[in-house]
Amino acid sequence: MKNIHKSPWLLHYDGSSCNGCDIEVLACTTPVYDVERFGVVNTGNPMHADIFLITGGINSQNEEVVRQIYEQMPNPKVVVAVGTCACTGGIFKECYNIKGGVDTVIPVDIYVPGCAARPESIIDGVVKAVGLFREKHLKEKEGEKA
Amino acid sequence: MDKLVMALICLPFLMAILPAVIKKSKIRSTVVYICGAIVAILSITTAVWWYSLGGNALVFDLPYTEVFDKIILIGDFALMFLIIYLSVKHHKTIISLLSIVQTLLVAGLELFGPHPAETMHIRIDWLTFIMILIIGIIGVAIGIYAVGYMHGYHIHHHKELKDRRSFFLAMIFVFYGAMFGLVLSVSLVWLYFFWEITSVTSFLLIGYTRTEEAVNNSFKALWMNLLGGLGIAIAIAYAILVQGTVNLYDVIDSAIAGGAGSAALVPIAFLAFAALTKSAQFPFSGWLLGAMVAPTPSSALLHSATMVKAGVYLLVRLALAMNGNYVGQMVYLCGGFTFLIASCLAIAQSDGKKVLAYSTISNLGLIVACAGAGYQETIWAAVFLIIFHAVSKSMLFQCVGAIENTTGSRDIEDMEGLAVRYPKLAFILMVGIAGMFLAPFGMLISKWAALKAFVDAPSALMVLFIVFGSSTTMFYWTKWFAKILGIHAEKGVDRTKPNEYVSMYFHAVLLILLCVGFPITSKYVIEPLMNDMYGTSTPVISEGNIAIMVIMICAVFIVPSINYLLTRNRKDKEVMVYMGGANIGDNKNFIDSMGESKELQVSSWYMTDWFGEDKLFKPAVVVGTFIILIFLCVVVGGAF
Amino acid sequence: MSENLIRMIVMLLYIVAGPFIGGILDGFDRKISARMQGRKGPTVLQPFYDVLKLTQKQLLAVNKFQLLMVMSYLFFVILSGVLFFGGFDMLLCFFSLSTAAMFLILASTSTHSPFSTIGTHRELAQMMSYEPMVLLTAVGFYLATGTFQVSDIIQAKVPAIVYAPGFFIGFVFILTIKFRKSPFDLSTTHHAHQEVVKGVTTEMVGIEYAITTLTEWYENVFLLAVVGLFFINSNPISYLVAIIAVFIVYFFEILIDNTSARVKWQLMLKMAWGVTIVAGGLNLFILELINF
Repeated sequence: MKNIHKSPWLLHYDGSSCNGCDIEVLACTTPVYDVERFGVVNTGNPMHADIFLITGGINSQNEEVVRQIYEQMPNPKVVVAVGTCACTGGIFKECYNIKGGVDTVIPVDIYVPGCAARPESIIDGVVKAVGLFREKHLKEKEGEKA
Repeated sequence: MDKLVMALICLPFLMAILPAVIKKSKIRSTVVYICGAIVAILSITTAVWWYSLGGNALVFDLPYTEVFDKIILIGDFALMFLIIYLSVKHHKTIISLLSIVQTLLVAGLELFGPHPAETMHIRIDWLTFIMILIIGIIGVAIGIYAVGYMHGYHIHHHKELKDRRSFFLAMIFVFYGAMFGLVLSVSLVWLYFFWEITSVTSFLLIGYTRTEEAVNNSFKALWMNLLGGLGIAIAIAYAILVQGTVNLYDVIDSAIAGGAGSAALVPIAFLAFAALTKSAQFPFSGWLLGAMVAPTPSSALLHSATMVKAGVYLLVRLALAMNGNYVGQMVYLCGGFTFLIASCLAIAQSDGKKVLAYSTISNLGLIVACAGAGYQETIWAAVFLIIFHAVSKSMLFQCVGAIENTTGSRDIEDMEGLAVRYPKLAFILMVGIAGMFLAPFGMLISKWAALKAFVDAPSALMVLFIVFGSSTTMFYWTKWFAKILGIHAEKGVDRTKPNEYVSMYFHAVLLILLCVGFPITSKYVIEPLMNDMYGTSTPVISEGNIAIMVIMICAVFIVPSINYLLTRNRKDKEVMVYMGGANIGDNKNFIDSMGESKELQVSSWYMTDWFGEDKLFKPAVVVGTFIILIFLCVVVGGAF
Repeated sequence: MSENLIRMIVMLLYIVAGPFIGGILDGFDRKISARMQGRKGPTVLQPFYDVLKLTQKQLLAVNKFQLLMVMSYLFFVILSGVLFFGGFDMLLCFFSLSTAAMFLILASTSTHSPFSTIGTHRELAQMMSYEPMVLLTAVGFYLATGTFQVSDIIQAKVPAIVYAPGFFIGFVFILTIKFRKSPFDLSTTHHAHQEVVKGVTTEMVGIEYAITTLTEWYENVFLLAVVGLFFINSNPISYLVAIIAVFIVYFFEILIDNTSARVKWQLMLKMAWGVTIVAGGLNLFILELINF
């Protein structure tokens, strides 16, 4: 299906973030930025989600949780790490309980840097993710045909 | 024919002696099977024979009628002395007064009062035909189930209780006989006698375990039913003294002829009152709930095929005399109110048997309301409900009993995942529940007819009772149904005996046949019954709609099955359910906020703040009492 | 053209066009909601993109029974709509609709998931709240027009709304519950915010959720048609009135959705039953007084 990119549903997960990025993510859904005009819905449910948006680094407590939620998302799916902490671990990187960025647990497709990441760059990341989402879908279809 | 009927009434009483004297468990079981088979065959033969005679109401006398009259007179006194003995023994002497008053009243009038016109004693018509079949078939199936159940009950689960199975099985046979007698009698005196037997027998069955609770509940059942008996006694007294007859049908005919407000309604009112106590309408619902302490077969017997059906049977009989007058209003308001309140109360119960008890009361309420309205459509609905309710409720009671024997609990919360743990039991439970409420099964047809009739009546209050009652009914059944489907569980060991399964599968097949074949039942059984009562029979639900409903019935089975076949071979990746990502390894455990593993418990809603017994029961009793008292006063006051 | 042929065509139209109308209405709902909140909002075709995407997603099985239950849910909702547009007995349509609701309950409860279990029981509470009024609506049509048959109701001389305004109010009220609109979107919601994740639909993945959404469209079309039926009589202009009324009611539901906060089930039950008794019951009493 060609139009699959017109309906990207997000799942937003807050790792061990300072909440700065979370607020910016939520800002994207406000009238100022209104991501819903691209068909983006902020679902709270991995079973319905296409794009996994993670803010904050991974610590030993949420490691399993992130892995499970990733497992519970149906293919095709895209992972977006939002903010420096989610990308690399950020300023918490050296903490005793921090494992690092999201890519230490699950494969990450898009990295959105920034501390905190600006709504514009988050939307930019999501738009990139949407393109990748479509690409993955088309690849899957080809794989099925072959 | 007369000999056959005599055998039908008398043999069960005589057979009752056999299990009572045979103490060897194996032999006794065989004897019960044989006797049960004989009773069933007798009842079916009677029914079929009568049917083959053309389906006209037959009125005749038994051979040796005078002897029977004497036996019944003596029997009345025997029952009275039994009650006196038992109530004195248990320090509840006051209850025996009820019995003494009514027995002396009836017996005194019979011996010293004016001689009423001689009448025949036995009558078979369509209603009797249906009742005989219900008692003969469903009742006996319960008897067979009882043999297996009581074995498990005493040998595995309640070793502390004295094994009185002989007595139990004997009482079941007495019940058959009394019920056959009750539905066949024309004479009020005979009816009264059989009525009292069912009261006393149910009293003995409820008190079976002899625990304190059982004894208390059995006496509660006794006084309520004796109060009903008193109602019949008053009706008899009135009939003999004023109308000079003891023929039930004469009493009904004169009430119909008299029209609304006539004095002839007085005996009808008291008979209806008796029927309300028997069919456990508010304010008399307490005895039926209390009866749940008894072993399950007796609950099944009392609440599906026999005891409570005696009450609604009598009401359907009286229906024509109640149409459009105060007695009818008393009955249908009482029934409609009970339908709503009992279904509300059922929401707050988690004990499987208690839910069944409330749903029985609630369903009976609907039947009572239908009978009380006395329109052709409602009688059609009432008779249908009697049939459907007898089969599905008997099955549900047996199933819950079997589940309790297997899992050791009859709490609905413990039935989680029954569909996987005990698929056979779950299947029966699901068929039973579906039969009770799911569109387009039995309940729905009756609800539909009743709704239409009450809109036409017109009775806005009844319409409201029905629409609200059906929504609450839906709530508690769906809740239960949903519970047994939760699939995350392992298969368990089923301890249900083969003879219990025989009875339950028999019920399941019967229920499905009844559902699919309901147009046939309607055409060949209920419509002639309508013809009998009203002289005409217009189909209540048009043929087109009946066709749609049969399609729906099939669809309810077929659509999920087809969908099952379509989806069966899908090899989808299995994932765990969503618990915020905190599951550990499976769907049953999660990590709590302290980082420790915890088992997940999901529980149904009971809404006890709204529908709990402590909130609703007492007010309901008060309202019920109020309805009955007011209307009784109006009827009796209007007559004099 | 014979009457039966017309009936067949209308039924077929419902089956074919039902989801398109439902989807477009849903699209307008999202657009209008967005505008009410000062946003641009997605295109009106967005719901179709969503459903098509869902059909393309991988199906993860939480429970194998779920898919078949959801399919049965779809079947029975379509059946009730077909019965309605085919002009059959209204009570029958509503009974079929509650059977359908049963299958939704079974689909969500078979998972043993905490969120969908809570959703299930809220859904049950919702059913208990709206069921009396749904049945009463059928009664209202009967009292106003003398028949339960939809095909006869549309032939009435006077539209049902004249005699049954109370039933209309009651029905529009419970429509908020049926449409899963705030303040009564307890069991599941179309908005992103829901404290029980997605309630009954939490465990529905891909195609399952697509079917559920499709079913809701069918159901919405059917329910809005019931609203329209209040205004229809033998006069052809009444159809126009009915369509306008349907749009007004739908807009009203969107407005309510955007201006109220979710309530607890206790309040929902109280309000729904209260309105049922006051609006429906009172109308019932009055009609009976007039008729006899």
